[in-house]
Amino acid sequence: MGTFSMPSLGADMEAGTLVEWLKHPGDRVERGDIVAVVETQKGAIEVEVFEAGVIDRLLVEPGTTVPVGTPMALVRGPGEEAIEAPAPELVSAEAAAAPAPSVHPAPPPSAPAAEAPGRPRASPAARRFARERGLDLVGMTGTGPGGAVVSADIERSAASPAPAPHPTRGLDLAEMRRAIAAAMARSKREIPHYYLSTTIDLTRAHAYLERINAERQPADRLLLPVLQLKAVALALRRMPEFNGFHTADGFQPGTGIHVGTAIAIRGGGLATPAIHDTDRLSLDALMAHLRDLVARTRVGRLRSSELSDATITVTSLGDRGVESVFGVIYPPQVAIVGFGKPVERPWVAEGRVVIRLLTTTTLAADHRVSDGHKGGLFLAEIDRHLQEPEKL
Amino acid sequence: MTVQTAAAPKSGVVGNVVQTTYREALHDAIREALLKDQRVFLMGEDVGRYGGCYAVSRGLLDEFGPDRIRDTPLSESAFVGAGIGAALGGMRPIVEIMTVNFSLLALDQIVNNAATIRHMSGGQFNVPVVIRIASGAGRQLAAQHSHSLENWYAHVPGLKVVAPATVEDARYMLWTALEDPDPVIIFEHVMLYNVTGILSADGGPVDIGKAVIRRPGRDVTLIAYGGTLGKTLDAAETLEADGIAAEVIDLRSLRPLDTGTILRSVSRTRRAVIVDEGWRTGSLAAEISAIIMEDAFWDLDAPVSRVCTAEVPIPYPRHLEQAALPQPAAIVAAARATLGR
Repeated sequence: MGTFSMPSLGADMEAGTLVEWLKHPGDRVERGDIVAVVETQKGAIEVEVFEAGVIDRLLVEPGTTVPVGTPMALVRGPGEEAIEAPAPELVSAEAAAAPAPSVHPAPPPSAPAAEAPGRPRASPAARRFARERGLDLVGMTGTGPGGAVVSADIERSAASPAPAPHPTRGLDLAEMRRAIAAAMARSKREIPHYYLSTTIDLTRAHAYLERINAERQPADRLLLPVLQLKAVALALRRMPEFNGFHTADGFQPGTGIHVGTAIAIRGGGLATPAIHDTDRLSLDALMAHLRDLVARTRVGRLRSSELSDATITVTSLGDRGVESVFGVIYPPQVAIVGFGKPVERPWVAEGRVVIRLLTTTTLAADHRVSDGHKGGLFLAEIDRHLQEPEKL
Repeated sequence: MTVQTAAAPKSGVVGNVVQTTYREALHDAIREALLKDQRVFLMGEDVGRYGGCYAVSRGLLDEFGPDRIRDTPLSESAFVGAGIGAALGGMRPIVEIMTVNFSLLALDQIVNNAATIRHMSGGQFNVPVVIRIASGAGRQLAAQHSHSLENWYAHVPGLKVVAPATVEDARYMLWTALEDPDPVIIFEHVMLYNVTGILSADGGPVDIGKAVIRRPGRDVTLIAYGGTLGKTLDAAETLEADGIAAEVIDLRSLRPLDTGTILRSVSRTRRAVIVDEGWRTGSLAAEISAIIMEDAFWDLDAPVSRVCTAEVPIPYPRHLEQAALPQPAAIVAAARATLGR
């Protein structure tokens, strides 16, 4: 009997709220099927199952917030008998809020979680207030000594509209901001970043896109970010030290090249969903993925694997008009590549000053894992791929 | 009761209040006791002809004579012991010790006799002695005349220990202490003798077991006694300018501690800073902090903070002496820290 658990959808996630079940006992599921929607700081996430079988039993009621790793459903594998024992009680919102442990054993450490969820720093009074009001300290912003959550924070939180017991799908930008704050603060606290910058000539890539797009309908046209994503993905095949995670055991190379792409959200906020196996997708497939991702990110409907699987991030602020962007690594990743705005500039090529379309390309990487020398080679490799756009 | 602060205006007699000094208030209290009760007498080093080391008893020898205002030899053990004996014999002695450092010579009499006889006699004999002790630093009297060892006495069951911090308490605590059937030690901080304040002319005895809130506030509780009360009230003024409403508790009684007043205040403000001129290690501040932890833990929003004297013998040079003592700036900083500011 397999277990479907609350997934970790980011290094900073400690708990999630089940919004709804999309599968029910008796339903057959295949690996990758979406079985539930979970509300997190990043919005409502469609969560996939990782094993095939039949949903045997649901262990958590919609509206319940449970820590990462908590079993939420049992999945009967092929040939397995249904459990005869009396069904365990559903974990309800009430039971989860109660201090006593539920009937279920302590959640096992979940594999994708980068670190054990930490106890939020909170004063004794804040803890008592939160318990009396049934509020969760996790994710609350503290204003006390050392950023501790204090009783006034709980009172403010209780005074603001209470979270609906059954959260609706969508984006909570304040929550997202807190998630970004936690991840970025951790990054700057823990990761010794080093930064490299180089100028890449995009003239050929641009010409290639013009040629291809000339015969296409606007909806089918390829955009420059697709070439950049693919170039980064291909470069990573040769430079695996930029693709993966830094954990307590050191660097763990990614099992595939899943490039996360930074997508800004109107009203503030940011998500970096992964495009799985970016290096193996055609440019058209990549473009379709990117359009789909942008659309879903902006309404807050991403899948769990998209949020947790990215092995590197690419950020491009070029359309905001900046010439270079030095990124902050999204932990536990080890690198982020930034593309600036492409601009036409005088450039010396083959002994002559010519007009070229140039972009400043940057790399911020984790010095615990790689050195500047390798970083330079990585940027050069990205450059090389962008000079041969037809091979991307 | 009227709340007195050390910073009262110099206004002479206004209505039924008078302006006086802490020294005069003590003098008037002793004189009143001598007049009221023939069993009361004062003894100590230089209390008679010299008028007292801090001039508290000036003029009393002329008024009451050498039987009731007694100069003693320089032997704390002897004259404190004599005071205990007189108390056992039915008198109501007031014994003055020049400084808490010298009181250590009388520790045996105070701890082994005054504090124990009621217990060891099965309640047959009580010891209604009042011992006045000057304590504290600030007058450049160096490391043998400047310490704050109130907590040594507050540690001992069988004693009551009080610390009047205002002119009013200086005036009205003595009679309550004399009426107490057990030994009471009154600590007078040396920097308070010259402080002026206003006094209700018709004030009555004060309940020496109760702390008092000298300034109400909602954001943080500042707990002080004796010589640190004025500095703490100054700190509260500064904090108010920053929008922080500090509540200031004057402990008054160091044994027993008025835990109810402390806990009620801290439960309201959720934060506490204890200001104590004693050394931090093993201090009264440590005891109060432990009480708060034991009984108000779930009301706290910040760790309890202490502002104490630096752990050095009190230095002689003024700048070092001042640097060693709790000062308003440190109190302000500690209070702000409990608010995360």
